[in-house]
Amino acid sequence: MILRDIAHCRSGDKGNTLNIAVIARDPDDYDLLCREVTQERVAEFLRDKVKGRVTRYEVPTLGALNFVLEDALSGGVVGSLTLDTHGKSMSSALLGLPIGSSTDRDGG
Amino acid sequence: MTAIRIGAGAGFSGDRIGPAVDLARRGELDFLIFECLAERTIAQAQLNRLSDSEGGFDPHLEARMRAVLPICQANGTRIISNMGAANPLAAARHVARLATELGVGGLCVAAVTGDDVLAYCRSALPDLDNGLNFADIAPRVISANAYIGAGPVVRALENGADVVLTGRVADPALFLAPLIHRFGWRMDDWDRLGKGTLAGHLLECAGQICGGYFADPGFNDVPDLANLGFPIGLIDAEGGVEITKLPGTGGAIRPATVKEQILYEILDPARYLQPDVIADFSNVAVEQIGPDHVRVTGATGHPRTGKVKATISYHDGYIGEGQISYAGPGAVARAELARSVIRQRLEPLGLREGRVDLIGVDALHGPLPGAAAAPNEVRLRAIGRSDDKDAASMIGQEVEALYTNGPAGGGGAWKSVRAAVSLCSALLDERVVDPDVTFYEAQPT
Repeated sequence: MILRDIAHCRSGDKGNTLNIAVIARDPDDYDLLCREVTQERVAEFLRDKVKGRVTRYEVPTLGALNFVLEDALSGGVVGSLTLDTHGKSMSSALLGLPIGSSTDRDGG
Repeated sequence: MTAIRIGAGAGFSGDRIGPAVDLARRGELDFLIFECLAERTIAQAQLNRLSDSEGGFDPHLEARMRAVLPICQANGTRIISNMGAANPLAAARHVARLATELGVGGLCVAAVTGDDVLAYCRSALPDLDNGLNFADIAPRVISANAYIGAGPVVRALENGADVVLTGRVADPALFLAPLIHRFGWRMDDWDRLGKGTLAGHLLECAGQICGGYFADPGFNDVPDLANLGFPIGLIDAEGGVEITKLPGTGGAIRPATVKEQILYEILDPARYLQPDVIADFSNVAVEQIGPDHVRVTGATGHPRTGKVKATISYHDGYIGEGQISYAGPGAVARAELARSVIRQRLEPLGLREGRVDLIGVDALHGPLPGAAAAPNEVRLRAIGRSDDKDAASMIGQEVEALYTNGPAGGGGAWKSVRAAVSLCSALLDERVVDPDVTFYEAQPT
């Protein structure tokens, strides 16, 4: 299973900082998201792109996690030399994150 | 008290105009708001203003106003927009003239100024978020604009403006202003200011909350995306927020689209820093109450920080770029060979920074983890930055030269060189910003 099977994502940029919201399709999967999509795993998965700190915020009323990735845009929208200067496609990259075995979905 | 009806007519400068016209016609709107000023937009606007003292406002201002002004005037809908960009005064004069031409007599157009803090920065030399001080980049600075709050927009509305044009105003504040104006919210009513900020944040990207930028076939299906409608916010005096769209338009307003928008460009959801308030979205919930109709509850706010963010743009050398494509069996191997050749040839230029990516292989996210099927076509993209324009131009020239000096079968070479503008930001005391409002009137018909 990959993250795309249970969640949808949206990224946004502020200067050289990127945020990626990870939102459970089914609110019952929120606990699974919290367990599997940790700060450490996201930092590791996106290590080639994100040079700075990764912080996770939890928003249980939305069944969502918000990741803030610092120094992730090679200088921000205007300065960056990368093809996707906004980091818009990073949300799609994160959807490829492998997550737990099917037994993790007890009751889900 | 009756809810106020606010339509979002644009989510960025280049946005589609048709959905805004539809909203103006059928939306029964009190306000139609166009958010058109991205971080990057104001630098170009300022450069335009330097070459034309009556320029520097949004290039689509006239097209948008021509399309909606007569309809809005007939329906009693007032317009608010940051399309004033780097020159709100000239923008307002332009719209007043246009209104006269269109026969929309007596139209009152307000310009909000005061976001331009370049003179202040030149004397106060603030520290920047990139670790430098303003003094380090001062000779290269193009613009410095503070994100101002709803206050001056409210003042413009109180004085009867039919159209309010601003420069840099915090995006949600464009939407918060009519709520403060209509409901008489106090500027220290943090809870309602937080709720109104949520409403603005939900609406400011226009089509996004209606399912734009959401479709992922088989996972997130969106009906009739081609006819995507723009949203209407229904906000009451207590700060209750509902979002809907016009019947017969494409797209979908569902909890999933709304949740994505709630967290869009948000850092700490409990502390969304705005010039008027710290909005708190950490307990927000979304409920579907009808087809394409949701209610959003639970936002609040906390006292503002007293600081405002200013975005500063500055010249940052030249960016040169070249692209060329390879296809068929062995496409990736030939592109890889071209990449190593290009790197070797550009090395003596001593570029400040540079990269060579293979579009279709590793341009967006770097090398893929695990084996992927070899693509049938791949495009090499070489790009770099230099303070020397000639050195930057060499990047595209060297890519073009791969035609006769590189691997077999390269096609579709393309090159460019452009002056580069970079951005940084500073936090300023809110008291250094002194917004002003100027009124223009279209001649009566």
